[in-house]
Amino acid sequence: MKEFGFSITKDRQIDYDQNDHRLLNFVLENEPSFIVCISCGGCTATCSAGNLIDFNIRKLNILIRRGETEDLEREINKCMLCGKCMLVCPRGINTRNVILKIKEAIQKFR
Amino acid sequence: MTKKVVIIGGGIAGMEAASTLSRMNIDVLLIEKKQQLGGHVGEWDHLFPNFRNAREITRSLLYDLQDKHIKICTSTEITGISKKSGKFEVRTTQQQTFKADSILLSTGFDLFDARKKEEYGYGIYENVITSVDLEQKLKESNVLTMASGVIPKRIAMIHCVGSRDEKSGYFHCSKVCCITAVKQAIEVKQKLPHAEIFCFYMDLRMYGKKFEELYREAQEKWGIQFVRGRLSEAAENMDGSLQIKSEDTLSGRPLKMNVDLMVLMIGMVPSESTTFLGKMLGIHFSEDGFINHDDIHLENNLTNVPGIFTAGTVTSPMTITDTIADARSAALKIATYIS
Amino acid sequence: MTYHHFVIPFNIGVAVLFAIILVKFTIWIVKLEPVDKKLIRKNFFSIKTLEAVKESFMEGLLHRKIFMVNPVLGYMHMSLAFGWFLLIVFGNFQAQFYTRTVIHPPHYPIFFNFFVTSPDEYLFKASFEFLMDLLLLFILTGLMIAITKRFYSRIVGLKKTTRLKFFDRLALGSLWLIFPLRLFAESFTSGIHHNGNFLTGTLGDAFAKFLPVEQLALPAWWGYSIALGAFFIALPYSRYMHIPAEILLIFLRSFGVRTRRNYSSYSDIEVRSCSRCGICIDACQINKSLGMNTIQSVYFLRSIRENNVDDEKLFTCMLCGRCENVCPVGIQLSDLRVTQRTKNGVRNTSSYDFLNPPPYKIADVVYFAGCMTHLTPAIKKSMLKIFDIAGVNYYFMDSDKEACCGRPLILSGHYENAAKLIDYNKKLIKKSKAKVLVTSCPICYKTFKEDYRLDIHVMHHTEYILKLVEVGILLLEKGDSRVVYHDPCELGRGLGIYEEPRILLEKVSRLLPSDDEKENALCCGGSLAGFNLSSAQKNAIRDDALASLMKSNPDKLITSCPLCKKTFSRGTKVQVQDIAELIASSAYVPEKKKISLKPEAEPVPVLS
Repeated sequence: MKEFGFSITKDRQIDYDQNDHRLLNFVLENEPSFIVCISCGGCTATCSAGNLIDFNIRKLNILIRRGETEDLEREINKCMLCGKCMLVCPRGINTRNVILKIKEAIQKFR
Repeated sequence: MTKKVVIIGGGIAGMEAASTLSRMNIDVLLIEKKQQLGGHVGEWDHLFPNFRNAREITRSLLYDLQDKHIKICTSTEITGISKKSGKFEVRTTQQQTFKADSILLSTGFDLFDARKKEEYGYGIYENVITSVDLEQKLKESNVLTMASGVIPKRIAMIHCVGSRDEKSGYFHCSKVCCITAVKQAIEVKQKLPHAEIFCFYMDLRMYGKKFEELYREAQEKWGIQFVRGRLSEAAENMDGSLQIKSEDTLSGRPLKMNVDLMVLMIGMVPSESTTFLGKMLGIHFSEDGFINHDDIHLENNLTNVPGIFTAGTVTSPMTITDTIADARSAALKIATYIS
Repeated sequence: MTYHHFVIPFNIGVAVLFAIILVKFTIWIVKLEPVDKKLIRKNFFSIKTLEAVKESFMEGLLHRKIFMVNPVLGYMHMSLAFGWFLLIVFGNFQAQFYTRTVIHPPHYPIFFNFFVTSPDEYLFKASFEFLMDLLLLFILTGLMIAITKRFYSRIVGLKKTTRLKFFDRLALGSLWLIFPLRLFAESFTSGIHHNGNFLTGTLGDAFAKFLPVEQLALPAWWGYSIALGAFFIALPYSRYMHIPAEILLIFLRSFGVRTRRNYSSYSDIEVRSCSRCGICIDACQINKSLGMNTIQSVYFLRSIRENNVDDEKLFTCMLCGRCENVCPVGIQLSDLRVTQRTKNGVRNTSSYDFLNPPPYKIADVVYFAGCMTHLTPAIKKSMLKIFDIAGVNYYFMDSDKEACCGRPLILSGHYENAAKLIDYNKKLIKKSKAKVLVTSCPICYKTFKEDYRLDIHVMHHTEYILKLVEVGILLLEKGDSRVVYHDPCELGRGLGIYEEPRILLEKVSRLLPSDDEKENALCCGGSLAGFNLSSAQKNAIRDDALASLMKSNPDKLITSCPLCKKTFSRGTKVQVQDIAELIASSAYVPEKKKISLKPEAEPVPVLS
């Protein structure tokens, strides 16, 4: 059941200065195409996993770019690596390698 | 002795350049491969941003071509061009040879072949049409229907088809599609007041005079809705309507929608004629496949080959306004060059 | 005389070599998976052992497969391996005929011409002497090619030859010295005693004229023995370990042992069996189209041996299988790469517990379009049209809420996670009670065939459509378009489907041949396995493949994989179609009513 009303929640402002950007830098270094995303959402629209469950790869990627990596591990594990996102990306981002690199970074900086 | 200029391509850029040159007492030969002059504007019914009838433009340009300095060859293609001691010799499919002091390339653009974007289903699903198909339909008939003849209740306009898309092979922005979508959405709404219209866009580029105003009018007066998200694919339902998938990136959630008609806003790509002639003449192209300018600010009608000039969409997608200005500027550059 | 101190290095070498090989073989066999050991026990006393003996001879000594790919390289390998083998065999015979005993010290036949210099007659003396000289000459010609290859690798047609490490250098150096030293030693001895045959005799006489052969002979024999000893000791730690390893590999393979999902002891034997011939480098499109020559199988296997597998070697490969196709040793190069991805890649902790089975349908045929096919709707639509024309009662399993087949996860090395998707899809397939599973995607097809263990017929749509045509359910009209066919990697080299699409195309079009087809087909570059190739690199591979396919200037390029179609159609103005599209547009409904299939007609496309 969804909770309404007042509750203590985390500050929803992105604190860019406080955030940890190691993960982003690792992904960028190992898969430079990650930088050219324009958040068109094509990947999320076509996503096989996103079709079955709440999973938004574009949003995860932009959050990583802001240094927001909370829940990232749980979320990224929903990906099935099917590759549809790679086929629709208008910027030619190597999305599957981005996923592998994110997973690698999670293990590295855990 | 009067100087002579051969203009290749009789679209609006070639026509405007021809009349401008003739007013400077320069002899012009205008060569067009199609039967009629006017180029792609001839395919259009009404123009953004003020819904002006497109025929007014071609009619006005044609009127200005009635001049003793202008000779017109339609249904003619170029087979070869050679340069001898500063003069060009142009050979055509009609077995004619023309001498020229300068050549103007105004061979325009081609429309992106929407079948290349297979996931959108053009040529596969009967209720997927392009912006040009829609313009034809608007021109020919007072009502807009689905392939089955039924009046569509919901229509999606898909931006950036063949533009800004690595997968189509074209990275560039075609500049006119955003505002065209807004214009056509309004026109559709005028014909079908009960239809819902959605524009799926990545970025809305309303950079021209009165563009932003038209966008606002589309929302305010006509209730057109805008979804920020690129379409990933379309699937056909049993009744021929389409299920489209996109992300509503502003709410951060995948979006699924059934629509009766889908209009693909196809982009401008370098024309085959330009590529053919450019290669023949040793002209440099930029990475997007359009003709390159060495000096993009000050010499934007010049090519790397002296005596060969450009006007209009051979160098990049342009609106009609920009094309006309570019053609006049080209005429002036040519006049300076040959005198 | 049967002994001299100079034979000591040789004897030590032989003893060390055999001891190490024995230990290595024992460890390998002990470490094999239980299922593999069972296979060995089952097949050891069977015809399979004899087949392995024959194959060892054909490949280990004659190098038949290398010959077929590259005759010069084949001759080089054959002259060294087979020539040396014969030299040992006939040397032993010669010694036995001379001494008239069967048993003698191992060094005796090797240094026979040192020990036996008297003109005593024995049976077939002249023939033996001639044969031994001829074999030596045979080996020396091969050796010359080997040395030339090392310096000018282009002569034998290889663009890039393999690079060397210390033990390899030691072994290679001593190998190069062995036969020239034998030539000198035998020639000097012949020079002293004025015997020897056409090679050693002639050379010996010539040397005797201007060299102090009496002082040189013994050092040459010492040198020969030391070179042999050094080679034998270096062998187990050098690339030449591939010789004994390959023999073991041939036997185990013949018994049915394979590399499966995980890197096993058998995989290790495969890795050690690589002869570094470098044929895989030339076959690789990443070398040909991108000029990248650090990741090819020969280097990859080396990195496994040296325990320094890196991401580039692991994840650049497209697993197209072209190298495996030409590998003369028959190593499972693609499977090995996947096992290493599992071992060295990122641990994937996905559970996919969100997968809730959607409603299913009881049907005769399950159609699984595949993820990619949803981005090529023309294929999907054509297949549905074909099902409708044929009147098939089908269940479109992944029409909306689809789960991936699991193959992309397997290719990334995450077999355990793929198993969860496999399990999910398998349940759906079973529930439908269908007898046939048809898929449009060769990537899915491969995993349905290999990993799902379904007890129903699994068919790619090329096979299924051909079946429909063969039993007369689907009638086709012959068209006159000139088409060229591209074999998708997973369908062709992956599962050997070469003929079905060609039979179909012959029926509806004019099929043109192409340079690289069937086993030699090029990869389109779109592969889901090449994880870290950029789109520009993929495009370069695609463009080279297209150039080869377009040579005959076809009207259409036909393939049978949505990913190949998508990849190619972005790179050419020529129309690219899936075979299903061409068939759907050529198919017509027969006038007569539906024909029912005989029950014995297997596999069953099943009518409603």
